[in-house]
Amino acid sequence: MGKATMKQSWGTRLWRWTIIFLVSLYLLVPLYAMLDFSTKHFAMARPGRTLESWKAITTQPDLFPAIVRSLTTAGIVMALILFLIVPTAIWVHLKLPKLRRAFELICLLPLAIPAIVIVVGIAPLYRWISIHLTESPITLFGVYTMLILPYTYRSLSASLDSVDIHTLAEAAQTLGANTSRIIFGIIMPTIKTGIINGSFIAIALVLGEYTISNILNYKTFQVVIAQIGRSNGNVAVAVSVASLLFVLFILLLIPTKKRHRAVLDVDVA
Amino acid sequence: MSASAYVQLVDLAKYFGKVKALDGFSLDIAEGELVALLGPSGCGKTTALRALAGLQELDRGKMIVSDKDITFQNANKRGMGMVFQAYSLFPHMTARENVEYGLKLRAHKTTGDNRSSRSNELLELVGLSSHANHFPYQLSGGQQQRVALARALAISPKVLLLDEPLSALDAKVRTQLREEIRRIQMELGTTTLFVTHDQEEALSIADRVGVMRNGQLEQIAAPAELYDRPKTAFVAEFVGLTNPISGKVSGGSIEILGGVVKTLPGSITSGEGIALVRPESIDVVASNSGNARIFSVSFLGSSCRLSISMADGSRITAQLPSPDAVGLTAGAKVKVSLLDLPVFVKALG
Repeated sequence: MGKATMKQSWGTRLWRWTIIFLVSLYLLVPLYAMLDFSTKHFAMARPGRTLESWKAITTQPDLFPAIVRSLTTAGIVMALILFLIVPTAIWVHLKLPKLRRAFELICLLPLAIPAIVIVVGIAPLYRWISIHLTESPITLFGVYTMLILPYTYRSLSASLDSVDIHTLAEAAQTLGANTSRIIFGIIMPTIKTGIINGSFIAIALVLGEYTISNILNYKTFQVVIAQIGRSNGNVAVAVSVASLLFVLFILLLIPTKKRHRAVLDVDVA
Repeated sequence: MSASAYVQLVDLAKYFGKVKALDGFSLDIAEGELVALLGPSGCGKTTALRALAGLQELDRGKMIVSDKDITFQNANKRGMGMVFQAYSLFPHMTARENVEYGLKLRAHKTTGDNRSSRSNELLELVGLSSHANHFPYQLSGGQQQRVALARALAISPKVLLLDEPLSALDAKVRTQLREEIRRIQMELGTTTLFVTHDQEEALSIADRVGVMRNGQLEQIAAPAELYDRPKTAFVAEFVGLTNPISGKVSGGSIEILGGVVKTLPGSITSGEGIALVRPESIDVVASNSGNARIFSVSFLGSSCRLSISMADGSRITAQLPSPDAVGLTAGAKVKVSLLDLPVFVKALG
């Protein structure tokens, strides 16, 4: 019996490691291939390694402004999440439970409608904006905020369901808190993990979005990468690897951020 | 009742569709008094408490606290301290920060030093000074409710509202904490409204207990009076145990178990009725000529509860002080009689 259990657990372990190995392979091989490709000479026939492509990143005239624009857009989307979507989600959960279904449905729409259909629908609006207001790609924050709704709302909704926000809100209310204090000082800090997760997914989506910005002819980060790719594949791949590393960097940043925020919340409240 | 009552709830009504959560509910509470509202679930006790807190809108009625009409005042302006049934500490704040929260919102009235000395004082009062820097997830259920109590008291509330604060705790902690609540309430003299479905809890700590039914107050009285002199059959049956024994009523008395006892006001005045007799009002003596037999005995410490089979096959419960129950064992023949205490009599059927 004991032997059988041991054998079984050894088998399970082997099985587990096999899965981990296969998944890692699936994820890392393309990365390795990219890294490999980006360190080859532009003239493929030449043997040996070079950092030419990586150095060339800095000399791409369009790239840096595009990164700044995309990050700015992501920043605005973040702000909209924090000050519009999160309070709205809290408000619906807290005060308008009857509207929850409808709200959920609206938030899921961007997932159900293909990006290309959204572009066709939104194109006249952006044409008007670029003629009358500004041609800056940053204005894409509007459509992006819509696109990220399904992911952000799911994450928020799950967090809101996991705590008894009604009692917390009522406790704060009896102690003298008004609605904005309840939302920003009590409930948001309580569901901060959900907010951080939702925001992170949103940023990743904004930085990675290509279809809409390309069709609307805006030079965002991904569009510029694609353009570079057309003239120099090595540099485009180097930029892609760099952007992946950047996202990884943000990911690693999150836990420390969280701790800081916890302290901040207390001070604000 | 009196015009000088500190809290006056007048003719409160709240309907949820056809359900009458409150239906002409009125209650007065004197300053410094602890009133418990007791009743089965759905009787409206929590609705009444939430209405006073400002968390429940009313369809009708008036609420006056300290001579001020607060009926339409927002919950965050009422200055009520509330402890909830569910754990309600803010999870991202330590015990101390939770206690100081209400004071911080009154920042114009309190300085930082004031706040910390007040939170120290209150955490000490609830016996949790050493846990001031713990987060809620590091505290047990009982400790969390103590902090919640300290938090509610920190703002020196006009009325302390307790919404079944002990129901999520285990029996031992519950008894301990309810006594502590009473001690603290008396020490601070805070006017308190306590909602519970546990009659032992209500009877043991309240100055007066109000029994609610279908959104109305059936009776409100001191615990002993409520127990000994119920005004309605519902109160008699809801509070404590009763034995329904039928008999004939006439001239303010009823004839049961071979004796005659007075009936309480509110009882039926003539004809056949059912007396609701407390187990302590029944005397049991071992006797070979007796026509009843002991079915079972439960030892409760200072007293014994006897289940007795009567000659007609019915069964009644009696409770005797343990010394008087010596020798009364299952199967023993006994004589059953009534002590001369008035009983409530309801109509048949």
